[in-house]
Amino acid sequence: MKSLDHTAGINRLQRRHIAARAARDVLDGAYVNLGIGMPLLIADYVLPDREVIYHSENGMLGMGPAPVPGDEDEDLVNAGKQLVTLVNGGCYFNSADSFAIMRGKHLDMVFLGAFQVSEAGDLANWITDDKNNLPSVGGAMDLAVGCKDIRVLMEHVTRDGKPRILKECTYPLTARKVVKHIYTDLAVIDVNPSGLIVREMVEGIDFGTLQELTGVPLMLDRNWRILERLI
Amino acid sequence: MIDKRVATIEDAVAGIRDGATILIGGFGDTGTPFELIHAVLDTGVRDLVIVSNNAGNGYVGIAALLDADRVRKVVCSYPRSSDCVVIDKKFKEGKVEVELVPQGTLVERMRCGGAGIHGFYTRTAAGTPLAEGKEERIIDGVECVLEKPLRGDIALIKAAVADRWGNLVYSKTARNFNPIMATAADLTVVQAGWIAELGDLDPELVGTPGIFVDRVVAVGGTR
Repeated sequence: MKSLDHTAGINRLQRRHIAARAARDVLDGAYVNLGIGMPLLIADYVLPDREVIYHSENGMLGMGPAPVPGDEDEDLVNAGKQLVTLVNGGCYFNSADSFAIMRGKHLDMVFLGAFQVSEAGDLANWITDDKNNLPSVGGAMDLAVGCKDIRVLMEHVTRDGKPRILKECTYPLTARKVVKHIYTDLAVIDVNPSGLIVREMVEGIDFGTLQELTGVPLMLDRNWRILERLI
Repeated sequence: MIDKRVATIEDAVAGIRDGATILIGGFGDTGTPFELIHAVLDTGVRDLVIVSNNAGNGYVGIAALLDADRVRKVVCSYPRSSDCVVIDKKFKEGKVEVELVPQGTLVERMRCGGAGIHGFYTRTAAGTPLAEGKEERIIDGVECVLEKPLRGDIALIKAAVADRWGNLVYSKTARNFNPIMATAADLTVVQAGWIAELGDLDPELVGTPGIFVDRVVAVGGTR
């Protein structure tokens, strides 16, 4: 397996670039849930002509940005327990209704972080094999089955260069066969029943190198494009 | 005359026993009934089972109960937090058991517990470690897990405003688990910022009908 050292010269995206690329796919009129971490950055880059309603698992549709100083309200937080605002037209509800929105598949798009994704779209994003970590799941498992359109944002490989896209996840699963699209710092990949299809690759990488950094065979779409830095 | 008001926070939690299962509302600090939790701590009860989304932050609330070794088990979805030093320590020392439940399953188990539903099948957690030991079944082609209802001996609830019949109005995202937990315990105790006259709460905005509530206590505050 190639280490990160071998990937010098590749125009690897930073986290905000991955978020900006994913933001391009957010549809006008969509009800969207953004997972904690990199997915939350997406809201900053959604095109202004798109009206999007953000769901927060703790009981809100129409989540807005952080409050300006003086407008903070300790009763108004997001899933990451950060202070937020409510946009005009937004509303509150209890946790049972909030998870009915997920499990009932009322959301249009969900963007999540992940440790690993498998060829079949299995998702591992709640716990590693680190026994020192206090196990915590929150709404991850509900969210992962809470939409037909689950998209993952993650680094293509671990810090020590090991693939995160695998034949089978080695970390405990969050849900089976749910991921439909993967955005990484190197590529945009669709999860199809026939296999993983590369739609976009960053400049400076060839398909062979991308394949070596991936733990499962990839197919290159014949109309593949360069994965651009949009910001 | 129906009057669910009690005069003091001590009266609000009177009668709680060792070994009790306590449902505690809140998501992080938001909507958490801190005054009631500390009143429970002051009663000296121990061997408690705490059901709450989180497991305390810093040394207040649920963390204070854990720090005083009053808790046998925590049923929660997300014990990690920015400052989860107490649960982390007690868990690693083996002093407290943690039952991890996906958040939507946790709240739905209590919704069922309060609504007389004796279980439900959900896709959540199917095929994952959190389904281990649970009945799995394929329904209409979907792999599902059987989840059982969850009830408490006592529920500790935070509302913005209450009235003497126990009707509750909540504030913003501070409602979270509170309206569901209020339905799912033998004794439902509410701390409210203040207590309104009957008729002063807009009936269109009542988040918990008073029938679910046994005691209300005013704790002050800006709301």
